[in-house]
Amino acid sequence: MGGRDATMVLLDENGIRCDGRKVDEPRRIMIKAGGLKNADGSAYIEFGDNKILVGVFGPRDVHPKHMSNTDTGILRVRYHMVPFSVGERKNPAPSRREIEISKVIKEALEPAVMLDKFPRTAVDVFIEVLQADGGTRCAALSAASVALADAGIPMRDMVAACAAGKVADTVVLDVNNEEDQAGQADMPIGYMPNLEKITLLQLDGVLTSEEYKKCVQVGVDGCKIVYDIQKKALQDKYFGNGGD
Amino acid sequence: MDNKRKYVIPGDVVTTGPFRPEQNVELQGNKIISTTIGISEIYDDSVKVIPLTGKYIPKINDLVIGKVISHTSLSWELDINSCYVGFLPAQDVFGRDFSAHADELASKLKSGDLVAARIANFDRTRDPLVTISDRDLGKIDTGDLVKISPSKVPRLIGKRGTMIQMIEMATDAAITIGQNGWVVVSCESPEGLLKAKKAIEMVNEKAHVANLTDQVKEMLESKGES
Repeated sequence: MGGRDATMVLLDENGIRCDGRKVDEPRRIMIKAGGLKNADGSAYIEFGDNKILVGVFGPRDVHPKHMSNTDTGILRVRYHMVPFSVGERKNPAPSRREIEISKVIKEALEPAVMLDKFPRTAVDVFIEVLQADGGTRCAALSAASVALADAGIPMRDMVAACAAGKVADTVVLDVNNEEDQAGQADMPIGYMPNLEKITLLQLDGVLTSEEYKKCVQVGVDGCKIVYDIQKKALQDKYFGNGGD
Repeated sequence: MDNKRKYVIPGDVVTTGPFRPEQNVELQGNKIISTTIGISEIYDDSVKVIPLTGKYIPKINDLVIGKVISHTSLSWELDINSCYVGFLPAQDVFGRDFSAHADELASKLKSGDLVAARIANFDRTRDPLVTISDRDLGKIDTGDLVKISPSKVPRLIGKRGTMIQMIEMATDAAITIGQNGWVVVSCESPEGLLKAKKAIEMVNEKAHVANLTDQVKEMLESKGES
């Protein structure tokens, strides 16, 4: 998929990957906080060729009412890919994969948000993938965290996310679509940089225990790079150039 | 600006040490962490973060502007620009001898009416209870509603009310500021009304600018001459 060379070399003898990156180099990342007027908070992320828009509403009334919790607010996340986000038209109805990613992102954000201050309310996070190129769940999680902060939802920490993986027997940072299809393992990681806690860890593939440890380390380092960009996005919006 | 103030985002360590955490901060181990985007302030014994974004959370004794959404036979519900609806009991308006069959609630307040109210009681188990039985409270008959971000209300009021006084003096308008970010402006002259609304919107947009008072003053004076 993606229409790129089928016989491509994932990793050449100089340690350069199929898209010209080094093994420990993430793709180009750009995050913009705000942008949607009607949402309480929003963010737009470009993570390589991924383009994702996130809108946050809330805290607000819960509908349907029976979902509300008298002890705490609830977090609801919808991850959705628009039909033109992939090469072949994607059916806009939620697929098994999208339902899973919605759940996974929700659970990755829950340790960070402090909704116990808003009982009987809901915070809704809507994630629209406009263009997908592997690693959308990490990009979406990073953007969702910025959008939540933009909405003023109290949070213990930001959640930054980045994937690591194994391609051509080497542990690499931030696997792209080609490496995901042809590589040996893919491990998305969500990480709270100040608390130094992992909130999301999935693994698709087989790794030895040494490779696993290396992969987690590489992924966490990637999350720290993403965190710096998240931080900059929020500073740009709120503190302008007067920020310290 | 003293050097104790700092711009923070969620997760940033504001300070370490024996301080009392106040609003928008959380104690984690010996670190005090910001939970929102804002400006941190460290006092002698306490730390707080002034938020730059977020919804209005009701606080007891806050003056708010509410809009009547609906009523039952015993109470009104007010939209107070928060995640909870304000609850205004009929006794508050009709007095102690209120009777549900004799008094018609719609005769006093209809849906869509604006009300200046005070938060009488609020805790996490219940929706905020509001009251209008006090001086300067009650139905608002004239004026335009301007909606600003609740986090910018302190900026609109200014230090000891300087900003709002200046706008009122320059335009001859009467301005009622609700802590929930809703502001009612009423003025005899249409020019004054327009100018006051423009000044309020200017504060809303440029809340982070340092010499905002001067800029607003300039705007108010420049239009006055032409």
